[in-house]
Amino acid sequence: MTARTMDAGTGDVTLFHTSQLDKLINMARENSLWYLLFGLACCGIELMQFGGPRADVMRFGAIPRASPRQADFMIVAGTLTYKMAERAKLLYDQMPEPKYVISMGSCSNCGGLFQLGYSVCKGVDKVIPVDVYVPGCPPRPEALTEGLIRLQELIRSEPWATKRRPAKGSAA
Amino acid sequence: MTTTEIHDRLKARFGDDVGPLSEPKIDAFAVVTRERIVEVCTFLRDEPGLELDFLEDLTALDWPKNNQIEVVYHLLSYRHRHSIVLKVQLDRAAPSISTVEGVWKTANWFEREVYDLFGVTFAGHPDLRRIMLPDDWIGHPLRKDYQETGGYHGFSNVRENPLVELKRLDDVRRAEAAKAAGGVDGPAKA
Ligand code: SF4
Repeated sequence: MTARTMDAGTGDVTLFHTSQLDKLINMARENSLWYLLFGLACCGIELMQFGGPRADVMRFGAIPRASPRQADFMIVAGTLTYKMAERAKLLYDQMPEPKYVISMGSCSNCGGLFQLGYSVCKGVDKVIPVDVYVPGCPPRPEALTEGLIRLQELIRSEPWATKRRPAKGSAA
Repeated sequence: MTTTEIHDRLKARFGDDVGPLSEPKIDAFAVVTRERIVEVCTFLRDEPGLELDFLEDLTALDWPKNNQIEVVYHLLSYRHRHSIVLKVQLDRAAPSISTVEGVWKTANWFEREVYDLFGVTFAGHPDLRRIMLPDDWIGHPLRKDYQETGGYHGFSNVRENPLVELKRLDDVRRAEAAKAAGGVDGPAKA
């Protein structure tokens, strides 16, 4: 069918192929999402369960990486202090595009129960752009798995060729 | 040995530089003068029969009304299973005291913590830097009159209240509904 359209020589041909390529690339991307380990507080413990045998996110192709340079997305799990926020930004900047962020737990969503603390950053989205927020204190591994699935949905619907981020990703 | 007996021996050695033992509490304490704290600590560590070889905790309290900062020493002896608490009262405006880092090594980080959060300077400390907050932090947060400076390095310290935004959207929707119900001239005006 493709070949016949091509023979006809209409302009639609290219469009047709691009959309398929998008799907193909996105299929590859969404099923090999590697995440940067960034456990900060009690949520970090739950993040370990997320990678463990019961939740087993590796069935979705998500593998923990200890280096930002090999990571596709970052899970910010736990209480982010101002001191750590600068490090978080540094790690985020080191990740290759395209990159995503999952904010895990109330603390990294908005500061959580430590929001009134003098040293606690009021949400990781003050520092780096966030794609998926997972609520809970802490979220169960199932909830985080759902967060990952939402991220996969996001990636699936993304026009890969035009995917760009502003160079300076600071929301603050 | 009971805390009272330890206190008696301290009294016998240092006289008026060691205050009376507080009434029995979980941890009865004695107030020591600022000048002799290192001597008292060395004595307590080395004296046969006392040998308080472990500094369990070193912390501080802020009393703005009395214009005082109290530094608290929790001492424990592993060998004799007894303990005592010492307190030193410092001037709140410029709190300063000699370090006991030479007596118990563990005091190093405790004193850095007290310096970080209360601003007490420990004279003779080998490495008196902030330990938990960033080096360029302003102020000492556990002081009762500490004021936040408003964010850090450009990170805002304000979180918008989502309920306020939801209310705003609600108001807009209600206004639109009222306008639609109000008559035909609504859209024309807009
Ligand atoms: S959200 Fe709750 S569980 Fe997670 S880091 Fe904060 S306090 Fe801990």
